[in-house]
Amino acid sequence: MLKLEKRPQPSRMWTYLTPLVAVLLTMLAGAALFAFLGKDPILSIRTIFWEPLFSEFAFYYRPQLLVKGAPLVLIAIGLSLGFKAGIWNIGAEGQYIIGALCGAGVALAFYPLEAWFIFPLMVLAGALGGWAWAMIPALLKVRFGTNEILVSLMLVYVAEQLLASMSLGLLKNPEGFGFPGSRNLQQYPSAHNAELIAGTSMHWGVVAAFIAVILTYILLNRHILGFHIRLTGESPKAARFAGVNPARLILFCLGTAGALAGMAGLFEVSGPSGQVSIDFNVGYGFTAIIVAFLGRLHPVGILLAGALMALTYIGGEIAQSKLGLPAAAIQVFQGMLLFFLLAVDVTTNYRIRWTKREVA
Amino acid sequence: MDFSSINPILLLASLMVMATPLLLAATGELVVEKAGVLNLGVEGMMITGAICGFAIAVNTGSPILGLFAAAAGGAALSLLFAILTQFALANQVASGLSLTLFGLGLSALIGQGYQGIKPPPFPRLEIPLLSDIPVLGPILFRHDIVVYFGIALVVAVWWVLKNTRAGLVLRAVGENHDAAHALGYKVVRIRILAIMFGGACAGLGGAYISLIRVPQWTEGMTAGIGWIALALVVFASWKPWRVMLGAYLFGGVTVIQLNLQAAGVAIPVEYLAMSPYLITILVLVIMSADKSSAPASLGRSFHASQ
Repeated sequence: MLKLEKRPQPSRMWTYLTPLVAVLLTMLAGAALFAFLGKDPILSIRTIFWEPLFSEFAFYYRPQLLVKGAPLVLIAIGLSLGFKAGIWNIGAEGQYIIGALCGAGVALAFYPLEAWFIFPLMVLAGALGGWAWAMIPALLKVRFGTNEILVSLMLVYVAEQLLASMSLGLLKNPEGFGFPGSRNLQQYPSAHNAELIAGTSMHWGVVAAFIAVILTYILLNRHILGFHIRLTGESPKAARFAGVNPARLILFCLGTAGALAGMAGLFEVSGPSGQVSIDFNVGYGFTAIIVAFLGRLHPVGILLAGALMALTYIGGEIAQSKLGLPAAAIQVFQGMLLFFLLAVDVTTNYRIRWTKREVA
Repeated sequence: MDFSSINPILLLASLMVMATPLLLAATGELVVEKAGVLNLGVEGMMITGAICGFAIAVNTGSPILGLFAAAAGGAALSLLFAILTQFALANQVASGLSLTLFGLGLSALIGQGYQGIKPPPFPRLEIPLLSDIPVLGPILFRHDIVVYFGIALVVAVWWVLKNTRAGLVLRAVGENHDAAHALGYKVVRIRILAIMFGGACAGLGGAYISLIRVPQWTEGMTAGIGWIALALVVFASWKPWRVMLGAYLFGGVTVIQLNLQAAGVAIPVEYLAMSPYLITILVLVIMSADKSSAPASLGRSFHASQ
């Protein structure tokens, strides 16, 4: 029978290999799923993973990688800090919405004034909005010991209702002929998160994502706070003896995650999406959880995982229009990725052995 | 504003209906947590149960078969969680989240052809004599069988946990899995059974929404009820009776909120729709002070070698 033997130390090799194995297994299982749905499995997988990068229309799809990948990476980086320390913020979707609302609110308050300081102010408002939304579960956890998983998740539904109320009410475009949704920020130059280099889709969100990756890498490897985060995750008791203040850590991890998610929301609403609307959020906050785990909670890993996940979004859209693959199939595909990752992950900490059944 | 349109008898009767999916899912999760396992995938199992039950009920024409299919669907999905956490020793929080993400996608995929269809109607059980009592009759005794099943389930779970050997073993596994293992109990096997029971209950709760309460299928229709069920277990301090109390409380909030929307109160609809979630947070804050009743091994992985 199969037997698990605990490794004295986590295997380095498997730490790097498990995400790759998980992706391969997901491709296999995904191919089986697509075949079951009556689509050509090899063609489907090829459409999702190959077409956006190397087909004749790749010049159009490649920049999209940045557009989809930037919010995922930005949110996942923030989440990874908390996940490392055993602080589970799963309400990034809500923080993303609130960030977008606050940022867009600032822009619309200044409309139609043209000034250089509007966009920086929006970024600040977005980050502050996300931060404040994340502070609710953080403060409740610190003060009352409330479970941050449930509170942050509940606040996603609250944020969604707030978004609906805002796009139908306060932030609605007064010249929009009664349609729900705000003014389009793409037509407001001071507030538009435009392409920085024409044709690349590189906008400020992409820059922020790269900066976040670098700063987090430095924080985790070169700073005492980063050490405390890792220590708390690996051994909460040791962390307490080392004088780590758990309350401060909770506030920091949740606050940073909220601010980054809020910024991601702001960059999205002022750039690719352009306006506050009822269906503005598309689940980046939840997909980012998969990205964070797939990237092994490591900044560079998250960058790669974010790119891969963005690829499945874009490839999924191509497969949808070309092969008629249902959108939900892509969602299942992304969900499977996390499943396989968690399953394969056992090899990092345990050795799997074949043994004869022991006599009791 | 027109409060006269709100009929208190109908209000209380629909409260029982509103509370039932919560009651089923939360009771299932209570058993899982009593066994020391934290399954955050309730939302995913509920929505999977909702579509499995709906699809089978539409295709066979039998809503009862649909309910069985929903329980089976929920249990099957929970088996994935069981494999991850009990054999692959994966983190329970992450595994539960993945179950929810996966379940939401899977249900959307299965449910593609089922939007806008009406399921076969569910027979209502009018208990003879009792249902004719004025006021109490319509409130308590004119519901479908699942409402009564939910209540019976709470009673059964309470009794089994308190008075039977099986309940004692389950609680032992949840309180201290190493000690239970040393006594010769099969920790992993017991936990898998508990997880599947929780999955079946959650699936049933989901199908109650899609087959009876709404009744229709729309993507993501459970809208956080699975998460509220998780909060309810904390609210109940892991006690079955208080799960029932909590479920009716939340059912009541939802019903009142919906009635106020219909009556056209001056508060915008969106703010009313937020209220169940805000109240969940409030309740969590109030109840979190006392953690003493949580099972001691909750959320910890068990491996016999340690």
